[in-house]
Amino acid sequence: MVANLPACVGQKCVGRLSIGSDSPRLSISEAIVFNGGGHINHSIFWTILSPTGGGEPTNDLASQIRLDFGSFEDFKKNMIERSSAVKGSGWGWLGWNRKTSKLEIVTTQNQDPLEATTGLIPLLGIDVWEHAYYIQYKNLRAEYVERIFDIIDWINVA
Amino acid sequence: MMRTRVLSVLGRRTKATLPELPYEYHALEPYISADIMELHHSKHHATYVNNLNVANEALQEASSKGDVTKCVQLANAIKFNGGGHVNHTIFWQNMSPNGGGEPEGPLAEAIQRDFGSFAAFQAKMSQATVAVQGSGWGWLGYNKEAGRLQVATCANQDPLEATTGLIPIIGIDVWEHAYYLQYKNVRPDYVNQFWNVANWEDAGSRFSAASA
Repeated sequence: MVANLPACVGQKCVGRLSIGSDSPRLSISEAIVFNGGGHINHSIFWTILSPTGGGEPTNDLASQIRLDFGSFEDFKKNMIERSSAVKGSGWGWLGWNRKTSKLEIVTTQNQDPLEATTGLIPLLGIDVWEHAYYIQYKNLRAEYVERIFDIIDWINVA
Repeated sequence: MMRTRVLSVLGRRTKATLPELPYEYHALEPYISADIMELHHSKHHATYVNNLNVANEALQEASSKGDVTKCVQLANAIKFNGGGHVNHTIFWQNMSPNGGGEPEGPLAEAIQRDFGSFAAFQAKMSQATVAVQGSGWGWLGYNKEAGRLQVATCANQDPLEATTGLIPIIGIDVWEHAYYLQYKNVRPDYVNQFWNVANWEDAGSRFSAASA
């Protein structure tokens, strides 16, 4: 993904965008969303996981979760359900809506990055592409999503 | 008692069922592992079948109550699970332990005519299939209107015919579950090896039926 991005941005884009035909521009912009999004998403992902993670958030984030979801348990249940239900490849997100000052759970398809796609600020993302879990959990995506809560770095998320 | 029985028969919908594989789980080795085949058929395809039946039951109920909103809400689940059922049912037949090589007869002639050569077709389909972003399928399909074969790809479980109008001839599943345990992230290797199990007899029958 990172390998694909510079090649596209460095050469084809500069060259092709100036030609003016829509079709190379569209396929290049698709490549940017896919590979750029993949780079953004995974860069976030590594930071929100930790071998010493797990448990629950504290302070402001905990209060906000209670405010917007009722309880941490309700938030967790919702997040697991929504992330597991992604059709095909994608991500489950806890995002911050700056306009409404509320937390939201949303999902995105493929490598569509959260902020560029929805305007929400990504706080926590769960990769539910099959490559993220298949070798260990096989087809049991919901089990993987539930277990990932054991390694969420709530300090980073907060 | 007779009346109850008749009414229950009339009320019963035809449920989707998981088709049996025409071969053992290990039969496509070394090209596709037994582990993959077993999970793919008995878990993934089975889940599409179950969820399709659930969605169809809910649709029948919503429809009989005139709840159009609910019907529309169920459309996604039916497309996803129905598509998954359709796609995989074709897929198991599209592969064979005696597969590989090249097609013969009318399909071979059509490939020659529409792609220039079998090698050119294979390269085109492999490239398009590998390039699918995310989950999806690569297809050789028949365009009835134009009387031509075409390579196409579909996202997720969107079924070829319902989505594009093309009649499916042969397809390659490139959801990661179709290859990850064996090929890891190297999707091109999997797609290249798929040709060793391609069932040209089945593809030929589909082509004959589609182009009749």
